[in-house]
Amino acid sequence: MRALRRNLPAIVVFFAALVLWEVVISSLDVRSFILPAPSSIANALVENWDVGYQIWPAAQTTFLEAAGGMVIGTLLGVLIALVISRWTLAGDIALPVAVAISAIPIIAFAPIANNWFGVLSPTSKMVIAAVLVFFPIMINVLRGLTEVPNSSLELMRSYAAGTIAVFRKVRVPNALPFFLTGLKVGTTLALIGAVVGEYFGGLNVALGRIVVQSASRLSFEVTWAAIIVASVVGIAMYLLIVGIERIAIPWHPAVRGERVT
Amino acid sequence: MSSQAVVHLSEVTKTFDVPGRGTMTALSGIDLSIGQGEFVSLIGPSGCGKSTLLRLIGDLTVPTSGTVEVNGKPARQARVDRDYGIVFQSPVLFDWRNVEENVRLPLELIGTDKAAREARVTEMLELVELSDFRRHHPYQLSGGMQQRVSIARALAFEPALLLMDEPFGALDEMTRERMNSEVLKVWTQTGITVVFVTHSIPEAVFLSSRVAVMSARPGRITKVVGIDLPRPRTVETRENRRYFELVTEVREALRGMDGRVEADDAALERATAEGGIG
Repeated sequence: MRALRRNLPAIVVFFAALVLWEVVISSLDVRSFILPAPSSIANALVENWDVGYQIWPAAQTTFLEAAGGMVIGTLLGVLIALVISRWTLAGDIALPVAVAISAIPIIAFAPIANNWFGVLSPTSKMVIAAVLVFFPIMINVLRGLTEVPNSSLELMRSYAAGTIAVFRKVRVPNALPFFLTGLKVGTTLALIGAVVGEYFGGLNVALGRIVVQSASRLSFEVTWAAIIVASVVGIAMYLLIVGIERIAIPWHPAVRGERVT
Repeated sequence: MSSQAVVHLSEVTKTFDVPGRGTMTALSGIDLSIGQGEFVSLIGPSGCGKSTLLRLIGDLTVPTSGTVEVNGKPARQARVDRDYGIVFQSPVLFDWRNVEENVRLPLELIGTDKAAREARVTEMLELVELSDFRRHHPYQLSGGMQQRVSIARALAFEPALLLMDEPFGALDEMTRERMNSEVLKVWTQTGITVVFVTHSIPEAVFLSSRVAVMSARPGRITKVVGIDLPRPRTVETRENRRYFELVTEVREALRGMDGRVEADDAALERATAEGGIG
């Protein structure tokens, strides 16, 4: 109930914008290939839900690719952050490499990954998504592991706690909120990675393919429908992480309702 | 006395390298012996090195020269043997642990078995009167309550020595007086030896068996005032004539060397903070 009241303004504005959009399109007679009306997008979505362009099965494919990319990218990011936080030398080598990888324009890398891991295989899309996801996870986890208050370390020193105990009792719990922030950033990036990968080829029942093909046939209602479904998938993944956050770190200021933006 | 001393410092010197200012002497020629069950306060102006002195006892920093012994062992060995518990100015509680989990932390590190651990945590929370707040998280507690959790945690593993570094400096005067009585209660019940850093004269006199008055630049102990107020000390103690005499004595001892060294204080405190990282 409180969540509803807090989100009410956003919901009202959203529907008002939809109505305005519809009215402007019909009153100014805007051509549908420039901007289709919400009603015709909704229509295209229903008509192509599981037949025609098959938006719903496509959404599932794209979601699985993004989720796979999340898993791979997260594992890699956490692993490398652990190594860097533990061994300075490893950090000196790995950090520049990680920065270089994250600087690769994903558009340029997508066709290569498709070539390497099979254009028709979901693996290639997962790899593309993983490359995007890995960096924010790594940077956030690394910060969480290393930015520990000095007072906490002194307290542990007074207990003659060893490196492993400090890691388990202080560094890991300290890194948890940072990790979840990395995951939140990662969800949207994973989806972008998957769609971009699909854009450069693959099986047709995938959101990225639907965007390419419907646009080439000037069926922009379908293009818009696919884009909207893609963002709904992204929002769902994001909300999933927010839910996990509430369970995992209820003590954190960001979770216990002191709104931190 | 020195054979049964819990804390024994002799000829202790501590210098810090302050970038751009050369070497600064934080402590010079410190000799101090603290016996079993004593309550000794270190008082002095900021920059006199009283916190540094406490950190030396806890082996959170090492002396430049001289020896620091705790329980007849080098300070480092005493730390490794977990001979002391420490309470800092901030409570340093872990946000992700609730009250009982915070108190339990040192017992987990020591590897106390579960049943003994739970019994001990219960006992400690009763001691600091926080039994009803076991499952609360630190952010749900007031500053005074958080500091009580910190005290319970420091005492959980029954150390011989309790080090307290301006533990109530951030609290209001009312809460501070209440906390003083609580600390005395804990001290009486456990028979623990306490070294207590403060810049409050009334606090030092009310609590201590002896007050070591320090001066700044270089930090040294200029006078040790024995506090012969009767125990138990209560609200009435603060209205006792002898109490005022002792407060005056400590104040005059502090004024005697009048450490107006503000300019150097900031630099020295920075160096102390940085030097403490290792």
